[in-house]
Amino acid sequence: MYAYDEIDRTLINERVSEFRDQVKRRLSGELTEDEFKSLRLMNGVYLQLHAYMFRVAIPYGTLSAEQLRRMAHIARRYDRGYGHFTTRQNIQYNWIKLAELPDALADLAEVGIHAMQTSGNCTRSITADQWAGVAPGEVEDPRIWAELLRQYSTLHPEFSFLPRKFKFAITASEHDRAAIKVHDIGLRLHKNAQGETGFEVLVGGGLGRTPFIGKTIKEFLPGRDLLSYVEAILRVYNQYGRRDNIYKARIKILVHELGIEKFAKEVEEEWSQMGDSALTLDDAMVEDIRSRFTYPAYEKLPHMPEELKKAAHDPQFEEWRRNSVAAHKVPGYAIVTLSLKPIGGPPGDATADQMDAIADLADKYSFGEIRVGHEQNLVLPNVARRDLPALWRALDKIGVATPNINLVTDIIACPGLDYCSLANARSIPIAQELTRRFANHDTANLIGRLHVNISGCINACGHHHVGHIGILGVEKNGEEFYQITIGGRADENAVVGTLIGPSVPYDDVANIIEDIVEAYLALRSRPDELFVDTVKRLGVEPFKERVYATR
Amino acid sequence: MPLVKDGKITNDAFVHLAEDAEIPSEGAILVPAGRFLENTEALSQRTSPTGVIWPNNRDLDDLVPWLAKLAVVALVFPTFRDGRAYSQARLLRERHGYRGELRATGQVLRDQFVFMLRAGFDAFEVKKSSDAVAFANTASRYTVFYQPTGDGRATALHQRMQQRHSESARS
Repeated sequence: MYAYDEIDRTLINERVSEFRDQVKRRLSGELTEDEFKSLRLMNGVYLQLHAYMFRVAIPYGTLSAEQLRRMAHIARRYDRGYGHFTTRQNIQYNWIKLAELPDALADLAEVGIHAMQTSGNCTRSITADQWAGVAPGEVEDPRIWAELLRQYSTLHPEFSFLPRKFKFAITASEHDRAAIKVHDIGLRLHKNAQGETGFEVLVGGGLGRTPFIGKTIKEFLPGRDLLSYVEAILRVYNQYGRRDNIYKARIKILVHELGIEKFAKEVEEEWSQMGDSALTLDDAMVEDIRSRFTYPAYEKLPHMPEELKKAAHDPQFEEWRRNSVAAHKVPGYAIVTLSLKPIGGPPGDATADQMDAIADLADKYSFGEIRVGHEQNLVLPNVARRDLPALWRALDKIGVATPNINLVTDIIACPGLDYCSLANARSIPIAQELTRRFANHDTANLIGRLHVNISGCINACGHHHVGHIGILGVEKNGEEFYQITIGGRADENAVVGTLIGPSVPYDDVANIIEDIVEAYLALRSRPDELFVDTVKRLGVEPFKERVYATR
Repeated sequence: MPLVKDGKITNDAFVHLAEDAEIPSEGAILVPAGRFLENTEALSQRTSPTGVIWPNNRDLDDLVPWLAKLAVVALVFPTFRDGRAYSQARLLRERHGYRGELRATGQVLRDQFVFMLRAGFDAFEVKKSSDAVAFANTASRYTVFYQPTGDGRATALHQRMQQRHSESARS
């Protein structure tokens, strides 16, 4: 965990006081709604279909138990008793009152939480691998750099009014859990041939109406140059990114229109002019940030404790353990994913009571730390393996032990037309129906890893382009229709999915998905050939033939 | 539209010259970029203060040779959501060493003051008088800054390093 000091706390409080003034001016009419819009968005406040929506930042997906309890408090005190975890590791509240927002922010500020830049045309909250710092084989903890970037990008005087939003994601593992290839800037920590640690920098990835996979602009950037190089990219984008058309304003379009070589040349030229600047990080500065991260005092524990051997006779426990427990870098410990995807429930929601209970369990079993993953699940990153059976019973009791992590019912979905004023179609009821169709965990296990992503409109908040199966809601003559793509993925082999056929009405979606899964089971070469690999091997056609033959 | 300079509301000594108006020989004027570039020789001969209004999509390279002769560079915010002039401001101050008045014009609201000050602006044509009146309070709203810019304020990273040094000196 990064521990805020007086400096960080002061800035958050100053931001709360500024926002209080902005809300006051809006309520008195001194600010027009148009003026207020950009100001509130920069502090995470959207106007939705029914009410204001409030998005709170969880930088790089790391939370303390105390912070999670405060989020439960916000849900209870200012909202309707629940919150929604998002694909950018943040949390959203859907029923907040504008006049109460400054108080909610002040409550959050007490535990070092804010809503700065969770929306708006600025650098957004930095996301990272939710297993950062605990994953085996990681180069180093990428959150040190995520925190440096968080500070650098917070209230940046030059880059707070960019052409469009700007998202960073960072990972330090071979296997990319942070979807860095679909971010405006993706950063991958790795070691070069000389054994030095640095970044591969990707630029111009993104989803939305024109999806692009990010391109490598620098193979190896030393850590000391991270901020200056990022500033060079942002300066080129701020000056030359398109502002005439909101749909062409993301950096991915600039990179695409110039071509990566030309864009890289512009950045390199700007960067060389900057020279050695105040942005160059010396080792002492990086060490200072590193020293503010506290790590658990791990004990020397057995890999196979008695508790675990005993629990292995319980098939339900074993099913959950195989599905939701992952290897930890420290022997005797495990990484546990908590499913926020109960059968029949809206993906990513947690009630205030669940949040409180999870915070208590984090204190008891995970050194007080919780993570949020972009798949909209929570993680307890530091669980002693001997505690797994007790933890499982407690998680099961509060409904977050569904053994469906990475399976067909672990669906990513945006709020869709049930909440969002941008949506063309509903997302949540589609997800709920699909989880009911595949409610049998044996069937889901037989199918294996399969990511279904649902967006209620082309803005792609549900990352449909990179779902193994992607579902996109569109509007046709006033009715909800859905386009279905297959073969997308968001990891280190990221690729945009391919359309399988004509769009289908709401009532047919679940049937089509069942047919696609049927087709996969018939087409796969071996039981362990994953859905995406079958699509990659055979292409879309055999799926299309089987699914659309009778339609 | 009130002008805030040196932190106070002041009378604007400069007249905005219309695109088609004749260039007066006397008096302080702000000239649109196009007119300026057509008349650089004549304008640089003027004895009265001369400034230029530079749009946010125009290359600074055309302006840089004339900076020493200019009393004011006014950068434009067509809407406050368009942030290109922040980059221009920093480049003028930090890369090209411009030391004259750097003025923000267009849709200038109090919510931008801190950003603008940090980017190097020192004069503000403020759209609303209530914002101009609130300048001093708004400008001092923040005491913590995470990024280095040419305004020389200590960043959080540097403050922390100083604290460390003074702590270790005491012990």
